[in-house]
Amino acid sequence: MSAARDLLFIATFARLLAGRQHPLVGTNSPEPACAVLLARELAGNDMRVTILGSPRHSYLSDDLAELFDSAARGVFDAFFIGGGQIDGQANVNLVGIGPYPALEKRWPGSHGTPLLYMMIPNAIIYVRAEHTRKTLVPKVDFISTAGVSDARVHRPGGPVAMVTSRCVFRFDRARGRFALASLHPGESVEDLRSNTGFDFDVDALLGETPGPTRQMLEVLRDKVCPDISHLYPQFAARIGHEADRQLRTAQSLPAS
Amino acid sequence: MSSVTRFTDIDGIMDEIQDGDTIAIPTMLGDFSAVAMNATRAIVRRGRRGLHLVCVPSSSLQADMLIGGGCVASIQAGAVLLYEYGPARRFIERFHDGSLIVKEATCPAIQAGLTAAQKGVPFMPLRGLIGSDVLRVRAEDWKVVDNPFPPHDPIVVVPAIHPDVALFHAPMVDELGNVWIGRRGSLRLMAHAARKTLVTFERRYEGDMFQDHTLVPGLLAAHSVTAVSHQPRGAWPLHFGDEYAEDVAHMQIYAEAARTQAGFDAYVERYVAAAATEMAR
Repeated sequence: MSAARDLLFIATFARLLAGRQHPLVGTNSPEPACAVLLARELAGNDMRVTILGSPRHSYLSDDLAELFDSAARGVFDAFFIGGGQIDGQANVNLVGIGPYPALEKRWPGSHGTPLLYMMIPNAIIYVRAEHTRKTLVPKVDFISTAGVSDARVHRPGGPVAMVTSRCVFRFDRARGRFALASLHPGESVEDLRSNTGFDFDVDALLGETPGPTRQMLEVLRDKVCPDISHLYPQFAARIGHEADRQLRTAQSLPAS
Repeated sequence: MSSVTRFTDIDGIMDEIQDGDTIAIPTMLGDFSAVAMNATRAIVRRGRRGLHLVCVPSSSLQADMLIGGGCVASIQAGAVLLYEYGPARRFIERFHDGSLIVKEATCPAIQAGLTAAQKGVPFMPLRGLIGSDVLRVRAEDWKVVDNPFPPHDPIVVVPAIHPDVALFHAPMVDELGNVWIGRRGSLRLMAHAARKTLVTFERRYEGDMFQDHTLVPGLLAAHSVTAVSHQPRGAWPLHFGDEYAEDVAHMQIYAEAARTQAGFDAYVERYVAAAATEMAR
């Protein structure tokens, strides 16, 4: 992804995290890691964050049991899940493409998502790959973790939103459907329909996804990127540079 | 088997690992990687076959190298990948050609299975998983039962996982064989679940760590440890917390070589086959 697209993701994640008390970020997740630190700054530090793999932002005193135990008893109230393939019911596939086990393409595996996605509320799905009918599909080839569950199943967690290279969706758990919440600059509903493998609703107040504010860019450049460089040095340098570039060259920036 | 922890060399560690063993290995993600890479190279050199890897709960270089070396019959893991160095190509290729059995899994189910073994109970319930195809394809092993207590909701149970061997690399071992693991509690978990625990380590501690109350919460007691071997830089090329960083250049060499089996074999020839390379780096 371009640095500008990364910044749009980070700003969008940070807005989605407003009001949250303790988001969890998994491994190999640079944009979410930046976003939770940004959201915490924007919340005047009135937020705890746990970033797995970070010696500075994880206060788990045991590396495995405490994580899943904490998730299962409701310690975290937001979570990020990156998907290889996602369908209209918010099922997420991290195992591979094709009829299992005869996969055409094998991915690393489901990680902890079969538990985390069901236990942690306000999960945000994000898709780093281009938003096409290959990633946003009618039905995933393998359900690593399910978007919705039967009423009998204990399920405090689940998805609230999905951010892709083209747009932001809201997820309506009761209806088990996505609704288009905003389009990234330059995108149209028609383009989106032709590039999405599932049907979705469109919010009445559909607008354009706002980019980062001046405050966000300053906090990212001056605080978040220097901090997260202990975990993602190359990413932090790239984002810090792009935030600085936008601060110096942008004609106008969103107010909030 | 001796009742006291044995101090030995890498060959002494290898003597404890047999063809067909189930081996628990740690994730590299944590304060220190905990991955016993000297021992991993020794397993490849010894040509062990038919190993069953239980990744606690995921693996990277270690699993890929053992798979590429032809040592592995099956693997279960939450994920297998080389992280910023890309996919684990030996894992993927052997999955596709059918020569590697991949028992689809998820991190908390592996943790729960080891916890059952640690507690001496036959199974452990855990939340989540219902509706996942991971559960569907593991239906012979994992069950959904009704909670026997109100509200009688369905819940997944997984059987105890009893590895033959737990193998990891630790920062510090004392004269009695007590192992300092810090907050890597998953190392204690796999040691308690396994029949034998084999530990390579960075440095010696003079005395008995149990006499230092600041160290006690981070200890694995020697009575759970079968054999230990002093292996400085034994996690190379992976990171070891404050002690040494990941060898980025070498990880790139591995990731590039392991794209093909021929490349992997050449890598083994150069970096694994001669035990002397351990000393030469």
